[in-house]
Amino acid sequence: MLSQQDMLEAERHGRQVRSIYVYEAPVRLWHWINAAAMVVLAVTGYFIGLPPPSVPGEAVDNFLLGYIRFAHFAAGYVFAIGLLARVYWACVGNHHARQIFMLPVTNRAWWSEVLFELRWYLFLEKHPKKYVGHNPMAQLMMFFFFTLLAFGMVITGFALYSEGAGQGSWSDTLFGWVLPLLGGSMQTHSWHRLGMWIMMSFVLVHVYAAIREDIMSRQSLISTMVSGWRMFKD
Amino acid sequence: MTETFYDVLRRQGITRRSFLKFCSLTATSLGLGSAAAPRIAHALETKPRTPVLWLHGLECTCCSESFIRSAHPLTKDVVLSMLSLDYDDTLMAAAGHQAEAIIEEVKKKYKGQYIVAVEGNPPLNEDGMFCIQGGRPFIDKLKETCADAKAIISWGSCASYGCVQAAKPNPTRATPVHKVISGKPIINVPGCPPIAEVMTGVVTYMLTFDRVPELDRQGRPKMFYGQRIHDKCYRRGHFDAGQFAEAWDDEGARKGYCLYKMGCKGPTTYNACSSMRWNGGVSWPVQSGHGCIGCSEDGFWDKGSFYDRVTDIKQFGVESNADKVGGTVAAVTGAAIAAHAAVTALARARSKNETNGE
Ligand code: HEM
Ligand code: HEM
Ligand code: SF4
Ligand code: SF4
Repeated sequence: MLSQQDMLEAERHGRQVRSIYVYEAPVRLWHWINAAAMVVLAVTGYFIGLPPPSVPGEAVDNFLLGYIRFAHFAAGYVFAIGLLARVYWACVGNHHARQIFMLPVTNRAWWSEVLFELRWYLFLEKHPKKYVGHNPMAQLMMFFFFTLLAFGMVITGFALYSEGAGQGSWSDTLFGWVLPLLGGSMQTHSWHRLGMWIMMSFVLVHVYAAIREDIMSRQSLISTMVSGWRMFKD
Repeated sequence: MTETFYDVLRRQGITRRSFLKFCSLTATSLGLGSAAAPRIAHALETKPRTPVLWLHGLECTCCSESFIRSAHPLTKDVVLSMLSLDYDDTLMAAAGHQAEAIIEEVKKKYKGQYIVAVEGNPPLNEDGMFCIQGGRPFIDKLKETCADAKAIISWGSCASYGCVQAAKPNPTRATPVHKVISGKPIINVPGCPPIAEVMTGVVTYMLTFDRVPELDRQGRPKMFYGQRIHDKCYRRGHFDAGQFAEAWDDEGARKGYCLYKMGCKGPTTYNACSSMRWNGGVSWPVQSGHGCIGCSEDGFWDKGSFYDRVTDIKQFGVESNADKVGGTVAAVTGAAIAAHAAVTALARARSKNETNGE
């Protein structure tokens, strides 16, 4: 539904105006804060599992892993609270704000758009289409490799956090059940770590696609995530 | 008249003085403070003795070995005299039919009153034929004995989780107690073996206070399994500082640095080793220079190497950990992007040429 309406809007607007307001300020702000938090989480997380070589000197004078873990937990809170705020905005924001949380799976036209985008990325289509919000392919990717995974990371992350926070802490009450469910603390660590790699793979594809589409497609991409306005090139 | 614990102890030749010492020791080891000592004494003096039946399934008897090495001879004597009076096929004097008759007797006389302590677990394959006692499968004996019990204690990782006999592929289908017994409070006391003082602490708590200690989500007493090894480890300062042993005989190992990179499972293991230690507080694995292997965690045999930090995830085959799987995914993605970008550039150049050529 969304994408069809989107295309119609795009075509209509494309003829009359050259730009349209898509991403509201909270979405844009969240995007960049979230991206920064994730970079910190991935780097610090990597070193939590495989710490850098030992630091010289006395233990009392150093706090390297302590700081790495602190940065991870701080960024983890930013990430989690940001995600909650983003869910709230999906409820009150414009319809583009809901795209990464809901897929119009029952809409056949949407699926054919996904297929079209797939063909476009496989070099089987010569001319790209115009979209006001996310293109359907991007929406699909974001839903599975960002939204679902993000919740997974928050749930496993706070389950691990509860081990340090202790029994009876809020994270233990809310997420402590995850540990036995996944087969114990060690397993939860392993899945959380695997999640990091999958997220990073998503980011690689995402940033590549954003830059590529910015160049190749008939609309603006990166500047849209900065200013909120979608510019159409033709 | 039914005997009290105190009567039994006196009959065993334990002096009142020793008895009171035991009460204060127990109060301390349970973390209850000295005020609880008179309460324990009073309870033991007035309460009728609760019989304990100690069963052995598929096991190596390390739990019993640990138990009888309890730090304080006093604790050992007292607790053992509470226990061995009834049934423990390893420790008791009776044998054969005479021994088996004790179970029947306790079941009848103390219906719903006695405690069953299980060491080891029942194998279920081939109708339980992998563990036969008194001519029949252990699983039958276990179920019958537990039927009229007040509560059940699962000693060690075998009874709590399955341990080595349940490690993949688990040919005998060794199964933890809580998966075959239901409708009774079951206390899991994991460890391979559990610490002696943890075991005596749990028994004494249940006998004196007549209730099950507070348990966590996995049925373990919170007072002993509420924290990880890592939370109380004396090498934790080196962990936070970022100082690790990188090989067994390197400078870091000699300096007593953290064993995290040598695969220490302290950060993922719930047990009391780092605070109570072993053998009467003499030492414990990390203090002896070897990482924790996570012996009190569910399925610890099947969680990859004892010497890796980022360890295997079994779902992806024998030799795959998160970094191997995830790193491969990321590398393939990166390569695909590079290829895609190259093709894009080519296609774009060609279409430009076409446009120019027109
Ligand atoms: C995009 C999101 C995240 C990524 C990529 C990420 C990544 C990682 C990685 C790679 C590890 C190391 C795992 C290991 O080898 O054992 C880790 C550990 C951990 N993460 Fe995250 N994480 C994320 C979100 C979170 C969140 C939201 C929290 C919640 C506060 C969190 C809390 C933790 C904790 C408590 C640990 C264990 C630390 C320790 O064992 O000392 N993470 N994370
Ligand atoms: C850790 C890094 C990043 C993550 C997790 C991430 C995640 C996301 C998500 C979830 C969205 C959907 C936003 C929404 O609908 O609410 C999005 C959109 C977008 N992101 Fe990122 N992003 C990251 C980095 C970047 C970078 C570095 C760029 C710039 C090159 C970028 C460019 C964009 C653009 C242009 C869009 C809008 C796409 C469209 O209009 O269809 N992102 N990103
Ligand atoms: S030696 Fe093991 S338990 Fe101790 S601080 Fe290091 S990782 Fe934690
Ligand atoms: S230190 Fe770890 S492996 Fe060793 S006995 Fe304690 S819980 Fe078991």
